[in-house]
Amino acid sequence: MNWKLAFTIAMTHLLTKKKQTVVAMLGVTFGISMFIIMISFMTGVNDFTEDMAMDNTPHLHLYKAIEIEDKKITALNQTIAEDEWYVVEHQKPKNELSKIKNGFNLMQRIEAMPGVRGIAPQVSTQVFYNNGPIQIPGNIYGVDVQKQIDLFDLDKKMDAGELTDLLKGSNVIVMGKGLAEKMGIHVGDRVSITTPEGNNLNLKVVGIFSFGVAALDQTQSYATLATVQKILQKDPSYVTDLNVKMYDVTTSAAFGERLSRQVKDVKIEDWEAANQSLLAGEQIRNIMTFVVCFTLLVVAGFGIYNIMNMNIINKMKDIAILKATGFQGSDVTLIFMIESVSIGIAGAFLGLVIGFFFSYLLSQTPFPAGEFFRIDTFPVNFNPVHYTIGVFFGFLTTLMAGWFPARKASKIDPVVIIRG
Amino acid sequence: METVLEAQGIRKKFYQPTEFEVLKGLDFSVKKGEFFSITGKSGCGKSTLLYILSTMDTDYEGALTINGERLTGKKQNALSRFRNEHLGFVFQFHFLLPEFTALQNVMMPAQRLARYSVPEIEQRAIEKLRLVGMDAFAHQHASKLSGGQQQRVAIARALINDPTVIMGDEPTGNLDKENSMRVFHIFQQLARENGQTIITVTHDPDFANGSDRIMEMEDGNILGIAPPQEATPYV
Repeated sequence: MNWKLAFTIAMTHLLTKKKQTVVAMLGVTFGISMFIIMISFMTGVNDFTEDMAMDNTPHLHLYKAIEIEDKKITALNQTIAEDEWYVVEHQKPKNELSKIKNGFNLMQRIEAMPGVRGIAPQVSTQVFYNNGPIQIPGNIYGVDVQKQIDLFDLDKKMDAGELTDLLKGSNVIVMGKGLAEKMGIHVGDRVSITTPEGNNLNLKVVGIFSFGVAALDQTQSYATLATVQKILQKDPSYVTDLNVKMYDVTTSAAFGERLSRQVKDVKIEDWEAANQSLLAGEQIRNIMTFVVCFTLLVVAGFGIYNIMNMNIINKMKDIAILKATGFQGSDVTLIFMIESVSIGIAGAFLGLVIGFFFSYLLSQTPFPAGEFFRIDTFPVNFNPVHYTIGVFFGFLTTLMAGWFPARKASKIDPVVIIRG
Repeated sequence: METVLEAQGIRKKFYQPTEFEVLKGLDFSVKKGEFFSITGKSGCGKSTLLYILSTMDTDYEGALTINGERLTGKKQNALSRFRNEHLGFVFQFHFLLPEFTALQNVMMPAQRLARYSVPEIEQRAIEKLRLVGMDAFAHQHASKLSGGQQQRVAIARALINDPTVIMGDEPTGNLDKENSMRVFHIFQQLARENGQTIITVTHDPDFANGSDRIMEMEDGNILGIAPPQEATPYV
């Protein structure tokens, strides 16, 4: 078949019925633009909640579990000699350090394993923040600043000051927003803390961070490893936690299990297993998005189907004359397929532009998220993949919507129409 | 003279609304360069016959041979190709594509055949339009032309691929006297000068009387085939 000829005929048909063409096109445009807006917004929300929950959470958390000595405290069923004593003690934990043995060595070994993006050491301790006569319980985490930035984006959570300021002095910390507010502390102020051992220390606050999670922002502070080791009066090899980030979060459970067989004495917790509900919620949102978008496209498809059907009924005579002068059924199919696919592609591209425009507008719209969410405008995701899917589906819908009317047109018997 | 079209035992039945045999076994042949008219009362089956001869209606018994090629039993696509190359049509209600210009309408079957390049086809189309006296209207939209003008453009379109046979279904049925005469002369010229075969169904006595032979039909049978002077006067 002569594609050029079919194309010329199809275009002439479309251009002489401009209004009808535009209406058919707008159906697709509407479907695709809604698809783009919805999916951009939905995935934006998904990414945002995931970031909030995941950013400062390690995929695997290694720490020294406090274990109870496995000693039987009962004297029952034991043979008792006349002149013997039985000493029954209350069961209590061993007085062990919560230090991970050989922590930095272990860290290097894990970091070299495949699939591991990085691992950050941490020294954590409970402290009291002294606010005049009132003591506020909380935690201080000693971290490797650079690793915390690379793996947990801690620098992006800073409201005031810079995280790297931690490296510029000793006895400096960054403090959670909620905690700072509670104590009336600003950047540059000093805060007094009390360690579990009873030592008092004076620390300078160089920054304020907020995760958007009240429970964390109201209790936590970060400092360098060395500072916290100093607070605790421990040596530089003292590490209490190792936080692992994987390249792919879904591999963390299996990796954790493998690791726990190799590393003894250390408790390994994986994030994914503990947060299945969050992931499930995300999947449900994704499915919802696709169902709604699919419905929109199907409706647009029916619009095109109807218009193409009408078009073909109007053009019965023309089709008959084409066939009488030697056009084959496949030529006629091709002409009408070109018409509907042209409508589809033009409509889809217009839909992309409109969809992009409105998602951009949405991304600039202020979002009243409250104080704790680190977000000013609606979260919108501009992913080229979605735009590609949009065009692809627009194309596919019109292909299917055009196919049946075009087949019908190709089967028209010229005799019936010409005879009248 | 060489036979161009041969029909043997053509039978056709309609099943709607009741079973009815419209064509009851027709045998005839048409020679090359002949101007052949088919006449008869309404309902005698002459249009039905023409659609069988035109290869568009394939639901019949008997055998049809055009240009030495047996067409009975061929597939639709093969028939389309054959029509494109060897047959030209002129219908009663002109049937141009209204969205296109006269020139585009004429060029279309040639572009489908793609025997020549587009500039060549355009040149040939203008020649054909000149032949029917419509070259001045080449770039007018078909919908803007009068009935007589459209019919002449339709003839130009039927001629574009230099078909062996040109078929007309009451080509003058919708035209006034002047335009009818013009169409008639064009057909006569094609048969005499180009040696193209013309087969038309007509009600117009003047048109029939100007042709080489007239086939008169009645109730699905051939009453007779004869030159106009010997034929029964057309009623």
